[in-house]
Amino acid sequence: MNFTLLITVLLTAVTLVLAAYVIAKLIGPRSYNPVKGEPFECGIPTRGSSWLPSHIGYYLFAILFLMFDIETVFLYPWAVVVKQFGSMALVSIGFFLLVLVFGLAYAWRKGALEWK
Amino acid sequence: MFDFSIVTKWFDALLTQTLGLSSFWSILIECVVVGVLILTAYALIAIALIFMERKVCAYFQCRLGPMRVGPWGIFQVFADVVKMLIKEIFTVDKADKLLYCIAPFLVIVASVGTFSFLPWNKGAHILDFNVGVFMITAISSIGVLGVFLAGWGSNNKYSVISAMRGAVMMISYEMSLGLCLISSVVVTGTMQVSGIVEAQNSAWLIFQNPFVWIAFLIFLISGNAEANRGPFDLAEAESELTAGYHTEYSGMGFGFYYLAEYLNLFVISGIAATVFLGGWMPLHISGLDSFNNVMDLIPGVVWFFGKAFFVVWLLMWVKWTYPRLRIDQILKLEWKYLMPLMLLVLVLITTFEALV
Repeated sequence: MNFTLLITVLLTAVTLVLAAYVIAKLIGPRSYNPVKGEPFECGIPTRGSSWLPSHIGYYLFAILFLMFDIETVFLYPWAVVVKQFGSMALVSIGFFLLVLVFGLAYAWRKGALEWK
Repeated sequence: MFDFSIVTKWFDALLTQTLGLSSFWSILIECVVVGVLILTAYALIAIALIFMERKVCAYFQCRLGPMRVGPWGIFQVFADVVKMLIKEIFTVDKADKLLYCIAPFLVIVASVGTFSFLPWNKGAHILDFNVGVFMITAISSIGVLGVFLAGWGSNNKYSVISAMRGAVMMISYEMSLGLCLISSVVVTGTMQVSGIVEAQNSAWLIFQNPFVWIAFLIFLISGNAEANRGPFDLAEAESELTAGYHTEYSGMGFGFYYLAEYLNLFVISGIAATVFLGGWMPLHISGLDSFNNVMDLIPGVVWFFGKAFFVVWLLMWVKWTYPRLRIDQILKLEWKYLMPLMLLVLVLITTFEALV
Protein backbone atom coordinates (compact mmCIF):
# COMPACT_ATOMS: atom_id res chain seq x y z
CA MET A 1 0.00 0.00 0.00
CA ASN A 2 2.87 2.37 0.81
CA PHE A 3 4.34 2.23 -2.67
CA THR A 4 0.91 2.54 -4.29
CA LEU A 5 0.46 5.73 -2.30
CA LEU A 6 3.91 6.99 -3.30
CA ILE A 7 3.03 6.52 -6.97
CA THR A 8 -0.33 8.24 -6.32
CA VAL A 9 1.44 11.22 -4.77
CA LEU A 10 3.88 11.55 -7.67
CA LEU A 11 1.06 11.22 -10.24
CA THR A 12 -0.94 13.86 -8.35
CA ALA A 13 1.96 16.29 -8.61
CA VAL A 14 2.34 15.66 -12.35
CA THR A 15 -1.42 15.99 -12.87
CA LEU A 16 -1.46 19.33 -11.05
CA VAL A 17 1.15 20.81 -13.38
CA LEU A 18 -0.40 19.29 -16.53
CA ALA A 19 -3.93 20.43 -15.63
CA ALA A 20 -2.86 24.00 -14.94
CA TYR A 21 -0.93 24.15 -18.22
CA VAL A 22 -3.92 22.80 -20.17
CA ILE A 23 -6.31 25.29 -18.52
CA ALA A 24 -3.91 28.15 -19.19
CA LYS A 25 -3.57 27.09 -22.85
CA LEU A 26 -7.35 26.94 -23.22
CA ILE A 27 -8.31 30.25 -21.62
CA GLY A 28 -5.12 32.28 -22.14
CA PRO A 29 -4.59 34.59 -25.14
CA ARG A 30 -2.20 33.66 -27.95
CA SER A 31 -0.29 35.98 -30.24
CA TYR A 32 3.09 35.86 -31.96
CA ASN A 33 5.70 38.57 -31.96
CA PRO A 34 9.44 37.94 -32.53
CA VAL A 35 10.33 40.31 -29.67
CA LYS A 36 8.54 38.00 -27.23
CA GLY A 37 11.07 35.25 -27.99
CA GLU A 38 14.00 37.37 -26.82
CA PRO A 39 15.48 36.64 -23.38
CA PHE A 40 14.51 39.22 -20.76
CA GLU A 41 17.93 40.74 -20.08
CA CYS A 42 18.88 44.39 -20.54
CA GLY A 43 16.72 45.80 -23.32
CA ILE A 44 19.46 45.69 -25.96
CA PRO A 45 19.60 42.64 -28.29
CA THR A 46 21.21 39.60 -26.63
CA ARG A 47 24.66 38.68 -27.80
CA GLY A 48 25.80 35.05 -27.97
CA SER A 49 24.66 32.04 -25.98
CA SER A 50 24.26 31.98 -22.21
CA TRP A 51 25.75 28.51 -21.85
CA LEU A 52 29.26 29.71 -21.11
CA PRO A 53 31.97 28.28 -18.83
CA SER A 54 31.23 29.37 -15.28
CA HIS A 55 33.19 30.13 -12.13
CA ILE A 56 35.38 27.21 -10.93
CA GLY A 57 34.10 27.67 -7.37
CA TYR A 58 30.71 26.12 -8.17
CA TYR A 59 32.45 22.99 -9.49
CA LEU A 60 34.70 22.67 -6.43
CA PHE A 61 31.79 22.88 -4.02
CA ALA A 62 29.81 20.36 -6.06
CA ILE A 63 32.71 17.88 -5.84
CA LEU A 64 33.02 18.46 -2.07
CA PHE A 65 29.25 17.96 -1.72
CA LEU A 66 29.43 14.60 -3.52
CA MET A 67 32.03 13.33 -1.04
CA PHE A 68 30.42 14.58 2.15
CA ASP A 69 26.84 13.81 1.21
CA ILE A 70 27.64 10.15 0.57
CA GLU A 71 29.44 10.04 3.90
CA THR A 72 26.37 11.42 5.67
CA VAL A 73 24.24 8.76 3.95
CA PHE A 74 26.41 6.11 5.67
CA LEU A 75 25.56 7.70 9.03
CA TYR A 76 21.81 6.94 8.74
CA PRO A 77 21.92 3.16 9.44
CA TRP A 78 24.35 3.80 12.27
CA ALA A 79 22.01 6.39 13.82
CA VAL A 80 19.15 3.88 14.03
CA VAL A 81 21.09 1.39 16.14
CA VAL A 82 23.04 3.79 18.39
CA LYS A 83 20.78 3.21 21.37
CA GLN A 84 21.17 -0.57 21.26
CA PHE A 85 24.96 -0.42 21.08
CA GLY A 86 25.45 2.24 23.76
CA SER A 87 28.97 3.54 24.13
CA MET A 88 30.28 0.96 21.61
CA ALA A 89 28.45 2.92 18.89
CA LEU A 90 30.52 6.00 19.63
CA VAL A 91 33.82 4.11 19.42
CA SER A 92 32.87 2.34 16.22
CA ILE A 93 31.78 5.52 14.42
CA GLY A 94 34.66 7.58 15.86
CA PHE A 95 37.15 6.47 13.23
CA PHE A 96 34.67 7.16 10.41
CA LEU A 97 33.95 10.67 11.71
CA LEU A 98 37.69 11.25 12.14
CA VAL A 99 38.26 10.50 8.44
CA LEU A 100 35.34 12.78 7.55
CA VAL A 101 36.70 15.67 9.64
CA PHE A 102 40.20 15.03 8.27
CA GLY A 103 38.82 15.35 4.73
CA LEU A 104 37.13 18.63 5.60
CA ALA A 105 40.30 19.93 7.28
CA TYR A 106 42.36 18.98 4.22
CA ALA A 107 39.95 20.80 1.88
CA TRP A 108 40.01 23.80 4.21
CA ARG A 109 43.85 23.83 4.36
CA LYS A 110 44.09 23.54 0.57
CA GLY A 111 41.85 26.59 0.20
CA ALA A 112 38.98 24.74 -1.48
CA LEU A 113 36.49 26.46 0.83
CA GLU A 114 37.59 29.96 -0.24
CA TRP A 115 35.55 31.79 -2.88
CA LYS A 116 38.15 33.45 -5.12
CA MET B 1 -6.17 11.15 21.70
CA PHE B 2 -8.32 10.78 18.58
CA ASP B 3 -6.86 8.20 16.21
CA PHE B 4 -7.54 9.15 12.59
CA SER B 5 -6.94 5.57 11.38
CA ILE B 6 -10.52 4.81 12.57
CA VAL B 7 -11.76 6.97 9.69
CA THR B 8 -9.50 5.37 7.09
CA LYS B 9 -10.40 1.85 8.26
CA TRP B 10 -14.12 2.75 8.16
CA PHE B 11 -13.74 4.06 4.61
CA ASP B 12 -11.87 0.91 3.54
CA ALA B 13 -14.58 -1.30 5.11
CA LEU B 14 -17.28 0.80 3.43
CA LEU B 15 -15.75 0.19 0.01
CA THR B 16 -14.83 -3.48 0.33
CA GLN B 17 -17.66 -4.83 2.52
CA THR B 18 -20.69 -2.52 2.37
CA LEU B 19 -20.37 -1.79 -1.34
CA GLY B 20 -18.69 -5.12 -2.12
CA LEU B 21 -16.05 -3.77 -4.49
CA SER B 22 -13.03 -5.83 -5.50
CA SER B 23 -9.66 -4.86 -4.04
CA PHE B 24 -8.51 -3.24 -7.31
CA TRP B 25 -11.45 -0.82 -7.46
CA SER B 26 -11.36 0.00 -3.75
CA ILE B 27 -7.62 0.78 -3.92
CA LEU B 28 -8.19 2.89 -7.03
CA ILE B 29 -10.97 4.90 -5.34
CA GLU B 30 -8.85 5.34 -2.22
CA CYS B 31 -5.92 6.58 -4.29
CA VAL B 32 -8.13 9.11 -6.10
CA VAL B 33 -9.51 10.34 -2.77
CA VAL B 34 -5.96 10.67 -1.40
CA GLY B 35 -4.87 12.62 -4.49
CA VAL B 36 -7.82 15.03 -4.24
CA LEU B 37 -7.14 15.54 -0.52
CA ILE B 38 -3.45 16.26 -1.18
CA LEU B 39 -4.28 18.83 -3.86
CA THR B 40 -6.90 20.52 -1.65
CA ALA B 41 -4.57 20.75 1.34
CA TYR B 42 -1.72 21.89 -0.90
CA ALA B 43 -3.75 24.69 -2.50
CA LEU B 44 -5.36 25.85 0.75
CA ILE B 45 -2.07 25.98 2.64
CA ALA B 46 -0.36 27.80 -0.25
CA ILE B 47 -3.13 30.44 -0.30
CA ALA B 48 -2.97 30.83 3.48
CA LEU B 49 0.82 31.17 3.41
CA ILE B 50 0.92 33.72 0.58
CA PHE B 51 -1.68 35.85 2.36
CA MET B 52 0.19 35.47 5.66
CA GLU B 53 3.51 36.44 4.08
CA ARG B 54 2.03 39.62 2.59
CA LYS B 55 0.40 40.66 5.85
CA VAL B 56 3.42 39.74 8.01
CA CYS B 57 5.89 41.61 5.79
CA ALA B 58 3.52 44.58 5.64
CA TYR B 59 3.30 44.81 9.41
CA PHE B 60 7.08 44.46 9.75
CA GLN B 61 7.43 47.45 7.42
CA CYS B 62 4.62 49.49 9.06
CA ARG B 63 2.27 49.07 6.08
CA LEU B 64 -1.19 47.55 5.81
CA GLY B 65 -0.55 45.12 2.96
CA PRO B 66 -3.32 44.19 0.49
CA MET B 67 -6.59 45.84 1.58
CA ARG B 68 -8.73 46.33 -1.54
CA VAL B 69 -9.91 42.87 -2.69
CA GLY B 70 -12.41 41.73 -0.08
CA PRO B 71 -12.26 42.61 3.63
CA TRP B 72 -8.58 43.04 4.67
CA GLY B 73 -7.64 41.88 1.18
CA ILE B 74 -8.39 38.19 1.84
CA PHE B 75 -9.38 37.58 -1.80
CA GLN B 76 -6.15 39.10 -3.19
CA VAL B 77 -4.48 35.68 -3.58
CA PHE B 78 -7.49 34.25 -5.46
CA ALA B 79 -7.34 37.23 -7.81
CA ASP B 80 -3.63 36.52 -8.38
CA VAL B 81 -4.32 32.87 -9.19
CA VAL B 82 -6.92 33.85 -11.79
CA LYS B 83 -4.53 36.43 -13.23
CA MET B 84 -1.78 33.82 -13.62
CA LEU B 85 -4.14 31.31 -15.24
CA ILE B 86 -5.27 33.71 -17.99
CA LYS B 87 -1.74 34.80 -18.96
CA GLU B 88 -0.26 33.50 -22.19
CA ILE B 89 2.39 30.78 -21.86
CA PHE B 90 5.35 31.41 -24.16
CA THR B 91 9.02 30.47 -24.18
CA VAL B 92 12.29 32.00 -25.29
CA ASP B 93 13.01 31.08 -28.91
CA LYS B 94 16.53 29.80 -28.22
CA ALA B 95 15.66 28.01 -24.96
CA ASP B 96 16.34 24.30 -24.42
CA LYS B 97 12.64 23.39 -24.69
CA LEU B 98 12.85 19.94 -23.09
CA LEU B 99 14.66 21.06 -19.93
CA TYR B 100 12.54 24.22 -19.80
CA CYS B 101 9.33 22.18 -19.83
CA ILE B 102 10.25 19.44 -17.35
CA ALA B 103 11.71 21.81 -14.71
CA PRO B 104 8.32 22.84 -13.15
CA PHE B 105 7.32 19.17 -12.94
CA LEU B 106 10.45 18.36 -10.92
CA VAL B 107 9.93 21.28 -8.55
CA ILE B 108 6.29 20.40 -7.91
CA VAL B 109 7.04 16.65 -7.56
CA ALA B 110 9.66 17.43 -4.92
CA SER B 111 7.41 19.74 -2.96
CA VAL B 112 4.25 17.57 -3.13
CA GLY B 113 6.34 14.47 -2.35
CA THR B 114 7.85 15.90 0.83
CA PHE B 115 4.52 17.53 1.75
CA SER B 116 2.77 14.15 1.89
CA PHE B 117 5.22 12.83 4.48
CA LEU B 118 3.94 15.23 7.14
CA PRO B 119 1.90 13.61 9.95
CA TRP B 120 -1.25 15.70 10.47
CA ASN B 121 -2.74 13.78 13.37
CA LYS B 122 -2.41 10.39 15.02
CA GLY B 123 -2.93 7.95 12.14
CA ALA B 124 -3.44 10.75 9.57
CA HIS B 125 -0.31 10.47 7.45
CA ILE B 126 -0.27 9.70 3.74
CA LEU B 127 3.22 8.25 3.33
CA ASP B 128 4.84 6.47 6.26
CA PHE B 129 7.90 4.48 5.22
CA ASN B 130 10.25 2.82 7.67
CA VAL B 131 13.01 4.94 6.07
CA GLY B 132 10.82 8.07 6.19
CA VAL B 133 13.35 10.73 7.17
CA PHE B 134 15.87 9.44 4.65
CA MET B 135 13.19 9.40 1.96
CA ILE B 136 12.30 13.03 2.74
CA THR B 137 15.89 14.17 2.11
CA ALA B 138 16.00 12.05 -1.06
CA ILE B 139 12.79 13.52 -2.52
CA SER B 140 13.55 17.09 -1.48
CA SER B 141 16.83 16.99 -3.41
CA ILE B 142 14.87 16.58 -6.66
CA GLY B 143 13.89 20.23 -6.18
CA VAL B 144 17.49 21.31 -6.75
CA LEU B 145 17.34 19.72 -10.20
CA GLY B 146 14.17 21.64 -11.00
CA VAL B 147 15.72 24.97 -10.01
CA PHE B 148 18.93 24.27 -11.92
CA LEU B 149 17.24 23.01 -15.10
CA ALA B 150 14.86 26.00 -15.13
CA GLY B 151 17.71 28.49 -15.06
CA TRP B 152 19.93 26.54 -17.44
CA GLY B 153 17.19 25.75 -19.95
CA SER B 154 16.01 29.37 -20.16
CA ASN B 155 19.12 30.50 -22.09
CA ASN B 156 19.13 33.79 -20.24
CA LYS B 157 22.43 34.95 -18.76
CA TYR B 158 20.91 36.09 -15.48
CA SER B 159 18.95 32.86 -15.13
CA VAL B 160 22.09 30.78 -15.63
CA ILE B 161 23.89 32.74 -12.90
CA SER B 162 20.88 32.31 -10.64
CA ALA B 163 20.70 28.58 -11.37
CA MET B 164 24.38 28.16 -10.47
CA ARG B 165 23.94 30.09 -7.23
CA GLY B 166 20.76 28.25 -6.28
CA ALA B 167 22.23 24.83 -6.99
CA VAL B 168 25.47 25.36 -5.06
CA MET B 169 23.60 26.86 -2.12
CA MET B 170 20.92 24.17 -1.94
CA ILE B 171 23.33 21.24 -2.21
CA SER B 172 25.61 22.78 0.43
CA TYR B 173 22.86 23.29 2.98
CA GLU B 174 21.43 19.84 2.29
CA MET B 175 24.33 18.40 4.27
CA SER B 176 23.78 20.16 7.57
CA LEU B 177 20.05 19.52 7.09
CA GLY B 178 20.81 15.79 6.76
CA LEU B 179 23.07 15.84 9.82
CA CYS B 180 20.30 17.54 11.87
CA LEU B 181 17.87 14.79 10.86
CA ILE B 182 20.49 12.14 11.72
CA SER B 183 20.84 13.67 15.20
CA SER B 184 17.08 13.30 15.71
CA VAL B 185 17.26 9.68 14.50
CA VAL B 186 20.02 9.06 17.07
CA VAL B 187 17.75 10.22 19.91
CA THR B 188 14.55 8.51 18.77
CA GLY B 189 16.14 5.35 17.31
CA THR B 190 13.86 5.16 14.26
CA MET B 191 13.62 6.72 10.81
CA GLN B 192 9.85 6.28 10.49
CA VAL B 193 8.07 9.64 10.82
CA SER B 194 5.22 8.25 12.93
CA GLY B 195 7.77 6.42 15.09
CA ILE B 196 9.68 9.67 15.65
CA VAL B 197 6.48 11.36 16.83
CA GLU B 198 5.58 8.41 19.09
CA ALA B 199 9.06 8.53 20.63
CA GLN B 200 8.30 12.07 21.83
CA ASN B 201 5.38 10.93 23.97
CA SER B 202 7.13 11.65 27.29
CA ALA B 203 8.73 14.92 26.16
CA TRP B 204 9.38 16.73 22.88
CA LEU B 205 12.80 16.10 21.40
CA ILE B 206 14.22 19.50 22.37
CA PHE B 207 13.40 18.71 26.02
CA GLN B 208 14.91 15.21 25.89
CA ASN B 209 18.48 16.21 25.17
CA PRO B 210 20.02 19.67 25.76
CA PHE B 211 22.19 19.56 22.62
CA VAL B 212 19.16 19.06 20.34
CA TRP B 213 18.48 22.80 20.76
CA ILE B 214 21.61 23.57 18.70
CA ALA B 215 20.55 21.04 16.05
CA PHE B 216 17.09 22.67 15.95
CA LEU B 217 18.57 26.14 15.36
CA ILE B 218 20.92 24.82 12.66
CA PHE B 219 17.95 23.05 11.05
CA LEU B 220 16.04 26.34 10.91
CA ILE B 221 19.00 28.15 9.31
CA SER B 222 19.73 25.49 6.71
CA GLY B 223 16.04 24.84 6.09
CA ASN B 224 15.62 28.52 5.33
CA ALA B 225 18.43 28.25 2.80
CA GLU B 226 16.96 25.05 1.37
CA ALA B 227 13.62 26.81 0.77
CA ASN B 228 15.49 29.64 -1.03
CA ARG B 229 14.19 32.26 1.35
CA GLY B 230 15.14 34.89 3.83
CA PRO B 231 18.72 36.16 3.88
CA PHE B 232 19.58 33.22 1.58
CA ASP B 233 17.43 34.27 -1.41
CA LEU B 234 20.30 35.26 -3.66
CA ALA B 235 19.09 32.86 -6.37
CA GLU B 236 16.04 35.14 -6.64
CA ALA B 237 17.85 38.42 -6.03
CA GLU B 238 15.53 40.62 -8.08
CA SER B 239 17.75 43.71 -7.78
CA GLU B 240 20.74 41.93 -9.37
CA LEU B 241 19.24 39.19 -11.57
CA THR B 242 15.87 40.68 -12.73
CA ALA B 243 14.04 37.74 -11.10
CA GLY B 244 16.25 34.66 -11.00
CA TYR B 245 15.88 31.18 -12.43
CA HIS B 246 12.17 31.72 -13.21
CA THR B 247 12.61 34.96 -15.18
CA GLU B 248 11.61 33.36 -18.48
CA TYR B 249 8.52 31.57 -17.17
CA SER B 250 5.20 33.25 -17.82
CA GLY B 251 1.77 32.68 -16.29
CA MET B 252 1.35 29.37 -14.48
CA GLY B 253 4.96 28.35 -15.18
CA PHE B 254 6.02 31.13 -12.84
CA GLY B 255 3.06 30.31 -10.61
CA PHE B 256 4.45 26.86 -9.88
CA TYR B 257 7.76 28.26 -8.67
CA TYR B 258 5.87 30.72 -6.51
CA LEU B 259 3.68 27.89 -5.15
CA ALA B 260 6.63 25.57 -4.55
CA GLU B 261 8.59 28.26 -2.73
CA TYR B 262 5.83 28.78 -0.17
CA LEU B 263 5.08 25.07 0.16
CA ASN B 264 8.77 24.34 0.70
CA LEU B 265 8.68 26.87 3.52
CA PHE B 266 5.72 25.02 5.02
CA VAL B 267 7.35 21.60 4.51
CA ILE B 268 10.55 22.74 6.22
CA SER B 269 8.52 24.16 9.11
CA GLY B 270 6.40 21.03 9.27
CA ILE B 271 9.44 18.76 9.39
CA ALA B 272 11.03 20.96 12.07
CA ALA B 273 7.77 20.83 14.05
CA THR B 274 7.50 17.04 13.58
CA VAL B 275 11.06 16.09 14.33
CA PHE B 276 12.04 18.57 17.03
CA LEU B 277 8.76 19.89 18.49
CA GLY B 278 6.75 16.66 18.61
CA GLY B 279 4.44 16.96 15.57
CA TRP B 280 0.86 16.27 16.66
CA MET B 281 2.04 15.16 20.11
CA PRO B 282 0.57 17.42 22.85
CA LEU B 283 2.81 19.03 25.46
CA HIS B 284 3.49 16.32 28.06
CA ILE B 285 5.35 16.86 31.30
CA SER B 286 6.26 13.60 33.03
CA GLY B 287 4.72 13.34 36.48
CA LEU B 288 1.87 15.79 35.89
CA ASP B 289 -0.83 13.34 34.76
CA SER B 290 -3.83 15.67 35.11
CA PHE B 291 -2.02 18.36 33.07
CA ASN B 292 -1.21 15.76 30.38
CA ASN B 293 -4.85 14.65 30.26
CA VAL B 294 -6.02 18.24 29.74
CA MET B 295 -3.47 18.69 26.96
CA ASP B 296 -4.71 15.47 25.30
CA LEU B 297 -8.14 17.08 24.86
CA ILE B 298 -6.75 19.48 22.24
CA PRO B 299 -6.80 17.64 18.86
CA GLY B 300 -3.47 16.64 17.33
CA VAL B 301 -4.09 18.55 14.12
CA VAL B 302 -4.35 21.79 16.13
CA TRP B 303 -1.00 21.05 17.78
CA PHE B 304 0.59 20.27 14.43
CA PHE B 305 -0.67 23.42 12.71
CA GLY B 306 0.14 25.55 15.74
CA LYS B 307 3.74 24.38 15.81
CA ALA B 308 4.20 24.47 12.02
CA PHE B 309 2.81 28.00 11.68
CA PHE B 310 4.86 29.13 14.66
CA VAL B 311 8.01 28.00 12.82
CA VAL B 312 6.72 29.60 9.58
CA TRP B 313 6.30 32.85 11.46
CA LEU B 314 9.86 32.59 12.87
CA LEU B 315 11.26 32.11 9.36
CA MET B 316 9.22 35.06 8.02
CA TRP B 317 10.52 37.18 10.88
CA VAL B 318 14.10 36.26 9.90
CA LYS B 319 13.40 36.95 6.23
CA TRP B 320 12.08 40.47 6.78
CA THR B 321 14.77 41.38 9.33
CA TYR B 322 18.12 40.46 7.80
CA PRO B 323 19.67 41.72 4.53
CA ARG B 324 20.67 39.31 1.79
CA LEU B 325 24.05 37.56 2.10
CA ARG B 326 26.72 37.28 -0.61
CA ILE B 327 27.53 33.91 -2.22
CA ASP B 328 30.95 33.65 -0.52
CA GLN B 329 29.42 34.48 2.87
CA ILE B 330 26.73 31.83 2.39
CA LEU B 331 29.22 29.11 1.49
CA LYS B 332 31.56 30.16 4.31
CA LEU B 333 28.69 29.98 6.82
CA GLU B 334 27.82 26.45 5.74
CA TRP B 335 31.22 24.86 5.19
CA LYS B 336 33.28 26.59 7.88
CA TYR B 337 30.72 27.04 10.64
CA LEU B 338 27.49 25.04 10.39
CA MET B 339 28.86 21.72 9.14
CA PRO B 340 31.81 21.35 11.59
CA LEU B 341 29.53 22.59 14.39
CA MET B 342 26.86 20.08 13.42
CA LEU B 343 29.39 17.20 13.39
CA LEU B 344 30.47 18.25 16.90
CA VAL B 345 26.83 18.48 18.05
CA LEU B 346 26.14 15.04 16.60
CA VAL B 347 29.00 13.58 18.67
CA LEU B 348 27.76 15.43 21.78
CA ILE B 349 24.18 14.19 21.31
CA THR B 350 25.38 10.63 20.82
CA THR B 351 27.61 10.85 23.90
CA PHE B 352 24.71 12.20 25.95
CA GLU B 353 22.45 9.39 24.70
CA ALA B 354 25.05 6.67 25.26
CA LEU B 355 26.15 7.76 28.71
CA VAL B 356 23.12 9.38 30.39
